[in-house]
Amino acid sequence: MDQHQPHIVSNTKLIGIWLALLVLTALTVAITRVELGGYKVVGALTVACAKAGLVIAVFMHMKYEGVLLRWLLFLTLVTLAIFIGFTFFDVLYR
Amino acid sequence: MSDMQPTAPSFWNDTGKTGLTSWIFSTDHKRIGLLYFYTTISFFLVGVVLGLLLRIELMAPGRTIMGAQTYNALFTVHGVVMIFLFIIPGIPGAFGNMVMPIQVGARDVSFPRLNLLSWWLYIIGAVIILVSLFSGGGAPDTGWTFYVPFSSRTGTNVSLAVFGVFIVGFSSILTGVNFVTTIHRLRAEGMTWSRIPLFTWSLYATAWVQILATPILAITLVLVMAERVLGTGLFDPTRGGDPVMYQHLFWIYSHPAVYIMILPAMGIVSDIIPVFSRKPIFGYKMIAFSSLAIAAAGSLVWGHHMFTSGMSDTAVVVFSFLTFIVAIPSAIKVFNWISTLYKGSISLEAPMLFALSFILLFSIGGLSGLILGAAATDVHVHDTHFVVGHFHYVMFGGTGFAIFAAMHYWLPKFYGRRYKEKPAIVAWALMFTGFNILYFTMQVLGMKGMPRRYYDYLPEFGPLNLVATIGSWILAAGLILMLVNLFRGLFRGEPFDGNPWGGATLEWSVATPPPTENFEGEPVVTHGPYDFSGVKK
Amino acid sequence: MSGHEHRDDYGAKLGMWLFLFTELLLFGGLFLLYAVYLKRYPHEFASGGKQLNWVLGSINTVILLTSSLAAAMAVTSIQRGEARRTVALLGGTILCAGGFMVIKYVEWSAKFGHGIYPGSEHLKAGPPGESVFFSLYFLSTGIHGLHVVIGAILLGWIALKVRGGELNAGNNILLENGALYWHLVDLIWIFIFPLYYLIL
Repeated sequence: MDQHQPHIVSNTKLIGIWLALLVLTALTVAITRVELGGYKVVGALTVACAKAGLVIAVFMHMKYEGVLLRWLLFLTLVTLAIFIGFTFFDVLYR
Repeated sequence: MSDMQPTAPSFWNDTGKTGLTSWIFSTDHKRIGLLYFYTTISFFLVGVVLGLLLRIELMAPGRTIMGAQTYNALFTVHGVVMIFLFIIPGIPGAFGNMVMPIQVGARDVSFPRLNLLSWWLYIIGAVIILVSLFSGGGAPDTGWTFYVPFSSRTGTNVSLAVFGVFIVGFSSILTGVNFVTTIHRLRAEGMTWSRIPLFTWSLYATAWVQILATPILAITLVLVMAERVLGTGLFDPTRGGDPVMYQHLFWIYSHPAVYIMILPAMGIVSDIIPVFSRKPIFGYKMIAFSSLAIAAAGSLVWGHHMFTSGMSDTAVVVFSFLTFIVAIPSAIKVFNWISTLYKGSISLEAPMLFALSFILLFSIGGLSGLILGAAATDVHVHDTHFVVGHFHYVMFGGTGFAIFAAMHYWLPKFYGRRYKEKPAIVAWALMFTGFNILYFTMQVLGMKGMPRRYYDYLPEFGPLNLVATIGSWILAAGLILMLVNLFRGLFRGEPFDGNPWGGATLEWSVATPPPTENFEGEPVVTHGPYDFSGVKK
Repeated sequence: MSGHEHRDDYGAKLGMWLFLFTELLLFGGLFLLYAVYLKRYPHEFASGGKQLNWVLGSINTVILLTSSLAAAMAVTSIQRGEARRTVALLGGTILCAGGFMVIKYVEWSAKFGHGIYPGSEHLKAGPPGESVFFSLYFLSTGIHGLHVVIGAILLGWIALKVRGGELNAGNNILLENGALYWHLVDLIWIFIFPLYYLIL
């Protein structure tokens, strides 16, 4: 954790990720143009999470950071999930 | 401020700069800590005066000294000032800044300039709040909770006050970011995680709450402003909004915020009790862990403020159950403090008396919290003076008394002079007595059914209200004596040198008052924070 | 004072991430409201979403993803010591930010032209859920847009420092942190886009 070695991500890799993001964007637009009912929500959010994962891992260098930052990010996301999830104890059963 | 200080080089004078600008633009954590201390304590005194006025108004039924609208504004401003301008920044901003970097063996915090910015944001937010009292439609009258729909409709100056609180929130976030980074990155050699003093541990847990919960307050306040200025209608039932959602968002922040207020106070007590018992703390790891556990569990229980708000019954049951979980780590702390005292060589000096009364008053407050946390009993006492008594036991009897303990324990270290012991003990006795007369009576009044935030009440509540008001005067007398004695001592008292308390944490190993650089060279830590074996008193 | 400071790049990055967490939770509050009101008004949200222009939304998504690529490449360039290229890439990011805001302006003015804005008579007369949808839409995209503007200004300031040689291959944490902020802006949009323009 103490030794911070800057990791240089090659331009090829960055462009590859960008292309993948564009493909995923096209995919999410495509699946939401079809009538899938409630699966639309699941599908679009899954794709969004995949895109977010790529941005965080490569563009934001999380893949190359130590384990600490990953844990802290995880903690934050769990907290947010709890805030939203626990509110639904009220909203779902009102 | 500076001309009465001892002449030995210290952070008061060793940079050669002692003017006002060398303070308000200083990036030294000790100076920023003192800035925070003087500003928060000033707002505390403002809040105290407002509280005393409220008590005088409630001394007898009907109008006593003010009208109903003034009363509504006063209890709102009392709450806003005490919570956002005193208790929340009080310990992390003042004592956290002063002590924590030295406790971990650092020269300063990780981001000294952000630290200064944090104080400035606090001041700017505070000024905006003060301006809101005297402009627009007058001081807000919503209560410190700014509940919709009233807050989105009242003609008083809610928008500006909310904006001020929003700014103060950023100051709190910056403190949190700074402290987490400092504790991760700037610990001295040998300062392992299991050697971190418990005060710093509690600040670490607090900082996480500040980081993860405060943004929710920020967005909630933005929504209130949008509601008022743009007419977004997100909480307006006639437009499809849901006022209960405001309460969810507000308490998602404000319940964890309760732990921003109490956790560092517990840290202060954990540091003081072993020093004045001459014994290592009992259950160091459990106390450190319970700080994190309280921070975590405290983020799951916001719904217990809303049992009577029309929330679903399922949510009531879930949140009520989760609320009881918080009692576990809290009790772990109390039992560990008591075990530390057992067979200790206890000296009842002023910091210790305040710390011990913290344990008692916090326990009373915590136990009355269980009555409120249980959904069935809460319905009976919800929105009564029982609630007011409860949170004053926790916030004032808990955090307030811990701050007084810290003032007597640490301020002499930073001034190199000390207060007189006897008046300090008399002041403590007066405050302790007055406090219990005031707030225990409030709890009784609440049990009998006296609602909170009401301007008038039935004549049958009269005698007890008079008792409570008299208690507030005893408390105020003790407070004045304490502050006069403390500040006289700090500026003109006996020299305070070396390590008179016999503390084993790092702040007692540096010169008194500490130099700007804190340590000569890089400190190397070789023993735990409560290992008194080599400490000379 | 600064003479004593030793540089702690990892600490600076940790601090930046902590700040990004606060931003995530800030928008998290809006996503919370979105989730709750979507559950309550699925039909009104659907009809509201259909009134948004998904083509413009998609174009803006592509623009933001591209700007993020440029920011990430700027970090790579400065680490390799290519200052001119770094400045050019940051310029590209800022250009994208400008394009994003122009399209946002077009979208918003079209909505305003149809009488759809927070508190408008049109929304007051319509079904309650629709008013909620558009209020959330304007708040989310508005606060996001504000972040785009702040991020662009931040990156512009950083680009000036790169051009002045203050930031270079050996000292570039400020640029890394600026880029992190920009990616966060992108991340938020990655969720706003499907939630408001597509799902419904």
